[in-house]
Amino acid sequence: MAKIIGAVGSSHIPAIGLAIAKKQQQEPYWKGFFDGHIPIWNWLKEKKPDIAVVFYNDHGLEFFLDKKPTFSIGAAEEYISYDEGWGLATIPPIKGDPELSWHICNTLVEDEFDITICQELGVDHGLTVPMQLMFPGDPNYGGIKVIPVIINCELHPMPSPKRCYKLGQSIARAIQSYDQDLDVVIFGTGGLSHQLDGQNAGYINKEFDLMCLDKLVNDPEYLFKFSVRDIIENAGAQGIEFNMWMGMRGALPGKVEQLHFNYTIPISNTAAGTMLLSHE
Amino acid sequence: MSYLDDKTPIPGTILFDGQKSRMGYGLNKMCYSFNDESARNEFKADEDAYCTKYKLSDEQKKAVKDRDLIAMLELGGSIYYMAKFAGILKLNMQDIGALQTGLTLDEFKQKLVDAGK
Repeated sequence: MAKIIGAVGSSHIPAIGLAIAKKQQQEPYWKGFFDGHIPIWNWLKEKKPDIAVVFYNDHGLEFFLDKKPTFSIGAAEEYISYDEGWGLATIPPIKGDPELSWHICNTLVEDEFDITICQELGVDHGLTVPMQLMFPGDPNYGGIKVIPVIINCELHPMPSPKRCYKLGQSIARAIQSYDQDLDVVIFGTGGLSHQLDGQNAGYINKEFDLMCLDKLVNDPEYLFKFSVRDIIENAGAQGIEFNMWMGMRGALPGKVEQLHFNYTIPISNTAAGTMLLSHE
Repeated sequence: MSYLDDKTPIPGTILFDGQKSRMGYGLNKMCYSFNDESARNEFKADEDAYCTKYKLSDEQKKAVKDRDLIAMLELGGSIYYMAKFAGILKLNMQDIGALQTGLTLDEFKQKLVDAGK
């Protein structure tokens, strides 16, 4: 049977992709952030997971406002990185596992998550930056295949943190009922506190972030009390990307141990968190 | 009961909801088109004509012409598409942050650094 071996929380800011393209990883601004991934790189090399379920949000590449699904799952053979309009280089295609995607979709709908199923899906920095971050310099991304899980973080109404956690739980049930011997890692990408738009642009809340991340590891259901509005009031308009971390954590139903944690302010306009969790 | 039923303003924050999405549909659709290089070139060649093609209101056209990002947001712009517009102007997220907050770029960067202390 497929099993979930752990999870990685990470940022997906475009500026990271630009820094990688310019080879700035060891410059003072970036060094602490990139070096904060070394334990994750080592863990991924040692564990060699077959599949990554990647929670991210599309930023207006694949989805426009004409149709904006709350939750979507990729079910393609491969995912293509396209021009996003402002100069971020595209990256080589990322392989999918459509058979597992369909198994997850079948299970989710049975479980009352009425997701949008995507047999073609262009991927933006929400997915490409984490792939570049986790598999530096490797156009084959360690041979891993991805299952993209996209959560609407743009257009209100958005799903609650609790709902995203439950989506993660449902995905975990699907994976654990999949009759193939695969090791699966979960990536939660985005956040943490930040606001890009309006007069409150540049807002960051370190205290709230650190509380959320501590609870995420040790008492995730504590976070159910927060509405989308609560998160935005405390973590900024785009701080709601924390929902991807909630989805990730929901997919770890058993014993969880935090193997590594790093937190950097600022990376571009955000507080960037990096986390490695093992799962039994 | 939706969290959106609470109409208390959040300082300095515009929630991009159904009302804003309806108001900004053409503006956002225009900026969404900027994912394609040919669209970016068409816009640069004749901004007015391109805005008309996407049925922008006069207010929206003026905001685009003035590069007034706050006005574009108030007129229904979503930050994801505004970022693509800013890219045409060779502005990154920190430049946009400074413009919206009325700070210089250095002051805006310092504000971010200070948040980590």
